[in-house]
Parts: sequence; C-alpha cells; structure tokens
Amino acid sequence: MGAPGGRAAGCSVLHVDMDAFFASVEVRRRPELAGTPVIVGGAGNRGVVTSATYEARRYGVHAAMPTARALRLCPTATVLPGDMALYTEVSRSVMALFRSITPLVEPLSLDEAFLDVSGAGRRLGDAAEIGEWLRARVYDEQGITCSVGVAGTKFVAKLASTRAKPDGMLVVRPVEVMGFLHPLPVGALWGVGPKTEEVLLRLGLRTVGDLAHVPARTLQRAVGAAAGAHLHELAWGRDPRRVVPDEPERSTGAEETFATDVDDPAVIHRELLHLSERTAGRLRSAGALARTVSIKVRFADFATITRSRTLEVPTDVGQELYETARGLFDALGLDRARIRLVGVRAERLVDAGSAPRQLELGAREHGRRDAELAADRAARRFGAGAVRPATLLHRGGRPGSAGPVPTPRGTPGGGPGAPRRGVPVHPDG
Amino acid sequence: MKFRVAREVLADAVAWTARSLPPRPSVPVLAGIMLDVDGSQLSVSGFDYEVSARAEVDVTATEAGKALVPGRLLAEITRALPPHPVEITAEGPRLALVCGNARFSLPTLPVEDYPALPAMPSSAGVVDSDVFAEAVGQVAVAAGRDDTLPMLTGVRLEIEDDLITLAATDRYRLAVREFGWRPESPGTSAAVLVPARTLADAARTLTSGPEIVVSLSSGGSGEGILGLSGKDRQTTTRLLDAEFVKYRAIMPTESAAHAVLPVALFTDAAKRVALVAERGTPLRCEFTPGQVTLRAGGTDDEGQAEERCDVEFDGDPLTIGFNPSFLLDGLAAVHTERARMDFTSPLKPAVLSGVDEPAADDQPAAPAERAGSYRYLIMPVRLPG
Repeated sequence: MGAPGGRAAGCSVLHVDMDAFFASVEVRRRPELAGTPVIVGGAGNRGVVTSATYEARRYGVHAAMPTARALRLCPTATVLPGDMALYTEVSRSVMALFRSITPLVEPLSLDEAFLDVSGAGRRLGDAAEIGEWLRARVYDEQGITCSVGVAGTKFVAKLASTRAKPDGMLVVRPVEVMGFLHPLPVGALWGVGPKTEEVLLRLGLRTVGDLAHVPARTLQRAVGAAAGAHLHELAWGRDPRRVVPDEPERSTGAEETFATDVDDPAVIHRELLHLSERTAGRLRSAGALARTVSIKVRFADFATITRSRTLEVPTDVGQELYETARGLFDALGLDRARIRLVGVRAERLVDAGSAPRQLELGAREHGRRDAELAADRAARRFGAGAVRPATLLHRGGRPGSAGPVPTPRGTPGGGPGAPRRGVPVHPDG
Repeated sequence: MKFRVAREVLADAVAWTARSLPPRPSVPVLAGIMLDVDGSQLSVSGFDYEVSARAEVDVTATEAGKALVPGRLLAEITRALPPHPVEITAEGPRLALVCGNARFSLPTLPVEDYPALPAMPSSAGVVDSDVFAEAVGQVAVAAGRDDTLPMLTGVRLEIEDDLITLAATDRYRLAVREFGWRPESPGTSAAVLVPARTLADAARTLTSGPEIVVSLSSGGSGEGILGLSGKDRQTTTRLLDAEFVKYRAIMPTESAAHAVLPVALFTDAAKRVALVAERGTPLRCEFTPGQVTLRAGGTDDEGQAEERCDVEFDGDPLTIGFNPSFLLDGLAAVHTERARMDFTSPLKPAVLSGVDEPAADDQPAAPAERAGSYRYLIMPVRLPG
C-alpha cells in the first residue's frame, strides 16, 4: 500500500504488459532490425501475424491479421517465423522477476501479468515505485520494454497499461478512476466485445460514463442480467476480482498448419518430430516433465481428432515424445488422408525438480536427454535450431539459415506440402 | 465339407485360434478361421503373417473339405451354443451350423485367397509344459508394451545345450530365468527374440499335454520363426529382428544389503500403500533391521499412507523408491513364500529372487529349476530431496 496521499495512494495492483513481445525479442536478437517494421508470424499463404513492432503497427498491421495482408500494408516489413521456445524462456525469466517481488503473480499469457504488491510495498516503495523498478529491470535484463498500469483494481490497471503503451507507466489512483474511466469508449471495458458494443451503441451509450449513468436494470434488460450487472459495476470502477497466482502450467505443446494439405506420412512424421523437439524444449525450459503425450490431427475438411497416451515414465526428451506421438499417429491407420494440421502436446505436467525420477537400467551416462540439453544450450547461444535431429536438417529457413528451401530427395511430398513456417523473407546471410 | 463334433471341443479350439486373429486385419481374409477336415481330423487355424495358430480336433466326418469363416463371429457363436453336438456343413458359399435347436448360416471367405501357414520348423527339443509356462510368465512381465521400441517387446530366448535362459526388459526392470530342457541334439546353441505377448499367450495355453516341442528356424535373413507344439495345438510366431540389450552386464555382481520378505504379507502391504500413489509416484521403502516401512503420497493434495512390515534385513538402513507396479509385478512372479531382495545403493538396481524353503523331503530340486534361478531386477525411482 502506498503512503496516504502519495503518487500511488490506494493502488496495489500492477498490470505489466510487454510491448510487442515476440517482435521485441526478435529485434533484441537481431539489433540491425531495431527501428524497422518487423512482423512475427507465419509466412505461408495461411500465415497469421502473431506480433508486430510499433513501426509495423504504424502501417495498420496488427496481430491475428493474415501475413499476406500485413505485407501489402507494409511491404518493407521483415517477416520472422517466430521461436516460441525462446519467447517462453524470456517470459519465464520475466515472470520470475515478478515473483521475486510478490508471490501474487497472475500471468494472463506469455507477455502480460497482474501483480498484487500490497504485501511488497514497504520493502520496495509504493506500487508506482515498484512499477518503475520493474520496467527498468525488465529492460536491463531482457533488453525489451514493457508498459505498466497501476491501480486499485485489476481492470483499471489493465486499461491503464494499455493507455501507457508503448514503454510507459500510468498510475490511476482510486480518486482518479472516474475521471480516467468515464471518457473511455464502452468497448474498452472487459467483457464488451463487438456484439455487446453494438447493442450499447444502439442505446446511445458511447462512453463508460454514459454506461455508468444508466440504471443497472436498464443495462441488464439490454445485455442480460449477469453481463448488465457486471458492466454497471465496472463502469463505477468496481472490480472485486483478486490477483490469483497461477497454477502450474498443465500442458504445453506445438502445432503446425501445413501450407498446403499433406498426405505423405513421411512428411507428417518429420513434422511430429519437429513439434516434439519443440515441445520438449519448452518442457525443459519450464523444468517440467510430461506424463501424457497427445497428438491433434486436423483433416482437410477441418474434422479434428486428438489421441493421447500416458507414458510409463514422465519425460522431457523430444525423442520420447516423438516416439509416442508417432505411435499414436500410426495407430490411426490413415490411408493417405489429407491433413491440414498436426499438433503435439505434453500434458499432465509434473515439476522435474521435485518429481521422483524412474531410473533406467544400464542407462548410458550421457543419454538422449543430455544430447538434447546440450542442444538447448547451443540454441541459446546460436539461435533455435542450431542443433537438431538429422532428419530435420534439410528443413530450410529456420532462423540462422537462409536461401531457398531445398526439396529433400526422395520425399515427393516435401516440396509443396512441407511446412512453410520458415521460408526466409529476410535477406539474411 | 460335413462333420459332427462335440460342442466343448469345437468351442475350445475355435476360441484358442481366434486369440491370434488380428484385431484390424490388413486383408479381409485374415479375419477368417480356416476349418479343414481331412479323415476324422478337423484343423482350426488362423494366421496374421506374424503369428499362426492351429488346433486339431477329432470329428466324425462325412465329407472332407475346407471353409474359411469369419473368425470372431465363429468364436462368439461356438461359445454361446447349447450343450449339444454341433453339425457343420459347407453349402456353396455359406456354412451351416446346427446345434440342438439352434441353426446358423454364415457367409464364408474365399479359401483360395488365404495365405499358406508357415511350415513348422524342425524340432529343436522338448520342454516340460508347466516349467515353460511358469518361466515364460515370470519373464514376460518385464517386457515392454510399447511397440515403438520393438527390442523391448520381446523375450530373449537363449539355448545353450540343455539350458534355456529367458530374459526380458522394458528398461526399468529385467527378468531372467533359466530352466532345463531336452535338446534334439547335444551342444545346441541359439539366441532369438520372441514377441513377449505371443510367447506368454502360447506358453499359458499349451499346457494341456506334459510337453511342448520347441522348433526354431532362424533364417539368416531375419525371417526366423519359433514354433511351439503342445497336445493338439501348435503355434508359430515370427521372431523379432532386433538386438537385445547385453543384460548380463547389467546384473549387479555385489550386494551391500539384503532383505528377506514374506511375499504375501509384503505384497498386501505394498498394494495398500500404493493406493495413494498416483501414477508415476513411487513407493518409498525404508529398510531397517527387522522391518520395512512403506510410504506413498506426501504432498498436500494427495493422500498419504504408511505401513510397517516385519522383514529380515541385513545391512545399513536403506531408503529406496520403486514404481509400485514394477515391484508388485516382481513379487507376483517369484512364486516362493519368501523372497530375497539385494541392494547395492538407492540408485542402483535391486534384485528380487525366490528363497528356497527348507525341503520337506530330502530330494533336492534340479539345479536349474530351483527358485534361485529367477532374478527380477528393478531400477529404483530417484526420490526427491
């Protein structure tokens, strides 16, 4: 709790949001891209933007937009394929930094979290001081910027961080909430999507202030009892939800939509290997072991099935995930079905550090796991994919490799059907 | 084809053959069971390119011939028939089956499309069927079930003159058993890898006669076949073409401590405590002189259990963790009233073996058949903290 009358009086909730997170991490890795439009996302004809630097956003590029469209808006942008393992790792470090301040950290995604600092105030100053300290530390440690909203409630803190972007901080003390909130458009409120917004606009309710001054009953008739009551409360800045520290992650995984549908089992196997390696990397960076492996297969007609198998012994080894994933896939007995997407998930995670570990008879001193750990270290130094299974070597266009995508010999499906995740758009040597 | 047969006899033969039918046949005819009458003999056979099974039954035949019938359907029908003699007649493309007042007409599959069953290789020797069934059962429990690692789904069968050694491992435990047999020619030596599930199934179901003839053809091209023939039943299985781990090197050569456990009491205690051990969590065994304390569970959101059991223990106190099902599998396989467990350290394999009870009669068991020849290694679970 801040000192009475201080800059952050009555504020104990922080909302911290990384600025253009994936894109910023990429720019950090490749400083020559700083100040230029960078898009992280799929490059194939089904690719979608997952993150874009502010330089790209200036052209109207935003997340979830098809990459092709983004490139029409901003032809000079560098498109990068994205490296979830790296983002996950950066995210973990950032979340760990948050947790060093308070155990009450509620991550919303890889790049944003709520913090309740009411218990941390005395040691590190008030909520605003903590916010500034965090921003500085994130920049020092990770070389990326973040924005912080400081308020008495979660939703005001989130609105404040959005308002502060990029690279800023906004403190909204309880006494300032009405002044901050009421001029905002109704669409800014949590729970107001395009549909509700349309209903509200039809009632002539354009701002949060308009909303606040409509009787709750009227609002409930318009948008339903629960939503109406909720909006009324929010419009008056009342949000009783507390910061709930996250539960340990229950699953992690990766999936890939093929640029064109694939029916070659060899291509699917290779993709499963790749996804398994990626998933295992995430498990290791999260210090977790998977007890269950599942695969997801989406067919050309969008029919989607999942299959899972529980392992005898939990693992974080890509090769073991792959063997299980491949076994699950082969057991489907597909006869060259056309497949649009495959995914691999590691589920029922257990903490590797505290988990008992079933030892193997006569295990070699340095088994597959050590090899993969060494690959992790190489990836941290030289970029993702620096070391990977030989089967995946011919995949072109991973970060750090350039030039045209070579078509693997003897794999007819490897050409048009091969994932296009990595087609290099950047002129990288 | 036309014959009459006792219902029980037919049902047994069909049920036994149907076990080896593939659940998802690669070609439709493989879902069939071949009925072949020759003289007063009916042979009932099935084949899926890996495993073949053939049962022979005495029948009263009036007309020889062959018919290929949907196997699972035939098995279900014969199992459900009333207790009367069964009369089977081939009628063009259909098969008529009459039993008491029940009457079935089944479609048949084209006999000419059915692959020839592999020829039974030449006999290598003879084993006692009970000894074989026990030994295979004891060893097969340790085989892996994951088809992605074929090497681990097999039982290694080594023949060295008049001694057979079986071994299987799934990386976490290893079971080894030796037993005597009567080879066809002295000095026989061979080592093959047999699919564990098939071998266990065959050994268990070929005990109606006193002996089993073991046949072996290990063609150099990896097309090896193991044949097992019991009374009226014979089966062949394709051998696995994979290397087996050098298991003898894994066997601990020293023992720093050992316990002698009352198998039944200890098993019951372990089962009870394991009830709270969620999948993947270990059973913690704390051995001290005179007793072992079993514990499982422990974190706040799990149940916890603890039980003490009196055991003989010789050595420094030792706490070791096991996957409960691995431990229970081993205890169920030793087949003696007391079992010995040897330890080197909490991170090294523990070895479970049977303990000979003082013989009531003064006739010692044959060396290779003593309880002492079974070894079940369990790799422990590294306990946290």
